[in-house]
Amino acid sequence: MRRPLALLAFSAALFGVAIADARRAMPIVSDEAIMGDALPRTLEEFGFFIHPELQMPTVGVQPYSLNTPLYSDGAEKLRFVYVPQGSQIAANGEGLLQFPVGSALIKTFAFGDGDARRLIETRVLLHRADGWVALPYRWNDDQTEARLALAGARIPVTRPDGNEISYRIPNKNQCKTCHSRDGEVVPIGPKARNLSADWLALSEQTGELASMPLVERRLPVWEQRDEVPLDVAARAYLDVNCAHCHQPGGSASNSGLDLRWEQDDPHAIGIRKPPVAAGRGAGGFAVSIKPGQPDASIMVHRMGSTEPGVAMPELGKSTVDAEGTAIVRQWIKEMR
Amino acid sequence: MLKFTTRVLAPVCMALASASGLAAATHEIAAGEGAQERLQEALILAEPGDEIVLAEGRYVLTDGLSLDVDGVILRGAGMNASVLDFTNQQGAGEGLLVTSDNVTLRDFAVENAKGDGIKSKGADQIIYHALRVEWTNGPDADNGAYGIYPVEASNVLVQDSYVRGASDAGIYVGQSENIIVRRNRVVENVAGIEIENSNRAEVTENLATRNTGGILVFDLPGLPKVGGGQVLVARNAVIDNNTDNFAPEGNIVASVPAGTGVMVMANEDVVISDNALVNNSTAHVMLIAYTQPFEDEGYQPRPVNVLLERNIYGSGGNAPDFAGGELIAAAFGGALPPVLTDGLHTNLVKRDAVPAVSLGLTQVGQPFTQAQPQLWTPPPIASAIELAKVMLPEGMEARIK
Repeated sequence: MRRPLALLAFSAALFGVAIADARRAMPIVSDEAIMGDALPRTLEEFGFFIHPELQMPTVGVQPYSLNTPLYSDGAEKLRFVYVPQGSQIAANGEGLLQFPVGSALIKTFAFGDGDARRLIETRVLLHRADGWVALPYRWNDDQTEARLALAGARIPVTRPDGNEISYRIPNKNQCKTCHSRDGEVVPIGPKARNLSADWLALSEQTGELASMPLVERRLPVWEQRDEVPLDVAARAYLDVNCAHCHQPGGSASNSGLDLRWEQDDPHAIGIRKPPVAAGRGAGGFAVSIKPGQPDASIMVHRMGSTEPGVAMPELGKSTVDAEGTAIVRQWIKEMR
Repeated sequence: MLKFTTRVLAPVCMALASASGLAAATHEIAAGEGAQERLQEALILAEPGDEIVLAEGRYVLTDGLSLDVDGVILRGAGMNASVLDFTNQQGAGEGLLVTSDNVTLRDFAVENAKGDGIKSKGADQIIYHALRVEWTNGPDADNGAYGIYPVEASNVLVQDSYVRGASDAGIYVGQSENIIVRRNRVVENVAGIEIENSNRAEVTENLATRNTGGILVFDLPGLPKVGGGQVLVARNAVIDNNTDNFAPEGNIVASVPAGTGVMVMANEDVVISDNALVNNSTAHVMLIAYTQPFEDEGYQPRPVNVLLERNIYGSGGNAPDFAGGELIAAAFGGALPPVLTDGLHTNLVKRDAVPAVSLGLTQVGQPFTQAQPQLWTPPPIASAIELAKVMLPEGMEARIK
């Protein structure tokens, strides 16, 4: 018994739509689209969704969420995973789950609530025989179709708070900038330590996941960050928002900064560490983290900027994450 | 002989190409509406060996470009004819990012990138040829950091290019090995050319002028790759590098005094020969140890084995840009000698007849305020320093013939 999970995720309302629209066949995910050499021109070719505009997944496509998510200009992110029939995800300690060839990770970015919700883009990571491929799909204004946007796009978006932003859909290469480890594309999000124990247990129950991973220290649920020690919240935030580039083998490896959750060398995480190639990003400050002085720390300076050349992260950021910056600022302020 | 080789090899190459289906294609791109998407799409869809040609024109871009396909040639119609204009850039940390091997970039310009101009990371056998990377407003702390910026690579060739206005280094090669930087013009940057944490580099026949420092050879602690050395700085014209330091504080180059010709910080085995060093108002050649505290146990902070020979020294040293410099200059009759060491180097071989001054420091990290300046006298025995010639892999340079 391994396929009912996606159905469980349907809300009653969505289920109602599905029944009302009985003529719409429940698509079968196209393993050929995932595994083939081609770059499918539309998201529909994969058959991940019954109702793409409602983000209602088909059988075998499971929703999941992360405890601490990456900030993406405040977009709501809907995540799904597909594993081909007869294959299983393997656990790898508290690290990245090992998805078999033929798997796909799907993430849709949306702004607005309820009827006002607009899908902006859906990014897919496809595990092909020769490695992972990352592709961005851009939703049209009518929300009827998402087309491949290899070169990315820049589109005006009104956030729920009323702010107009210039939202950037990354190009295919920019996907890789963050998803790169030693030059190969890899998933980032679904690490066992950043997934809920419930989701993992359910996946194991359904047979999707081969065995329950052993997680010693789980990343906190971001909305409950006030209930954990400050350094736990801050380090979780840095791990999820920065460490995909700032780690050995990552895109920013040459900086020498390593912001992974498991890194415990103070210099490596930036404490009293001088910049290397920060240029004007350094903002006139001497070190990444100056204990007790967030306003003299390059890390806070760059997190607080939206200017290209200064702003961190370099990609996928048009606005400052006030919540994340506040946590990191407080963490440095209380640091001795 | 040459003809014979061509006749024999050409059919073989063609056979190989067709056998593996690698008939290289040329993709022509023009400036104008949608240039961002059209050019980026071409860079993504290119097959290894393809050539992307930028027609003459100004390409107005809003986001960084990137290339991740091996063996691609990106070619413009000339460094003043095909211009990638990033003045309105809204995202990404550089103008163009290359992350694949065997890439050739040639004959185009990158203007006013918000971060670095052209960066290549982990891109082996890369060639930067006849490019112009410029911040058109000239020296300004708000300009991007590096103009041409290969990092973490083996086999790097940067030649016949022009870089102006970088707020860190015009040409910066970092954490790499087997490097040739030749016949470039670097003007009005903080550092003209900087070789950092790298091994086996030749910096030759360049013109470095009106920078803060002309040519820097640095090694910094705490990086994935440390232990830089085997660097040749030869046959360069290093002239008038007296621009006030406009690097943002915090960066290592922000500590470079205006008026620096060639500066060696840490590193092992550096040969400085046959250069023309003219009118650099602090010192034509400067040797210093890393000045900051560090914890990296594998790090060697002093310049070790530095050879100076056959350089031509013009006027200079007349306005030293460091605390106490003026007093020292006065003591030497108004100008510092052309060669300055902090006194912490190991084995300086000075075959040039010009005088050298030592600041007389005895410990790494000691502040300059404790300097005890004195004329430096060569020790009686100095060990010879020889560098092997940097050889790029066969066929690499043929890509730009």
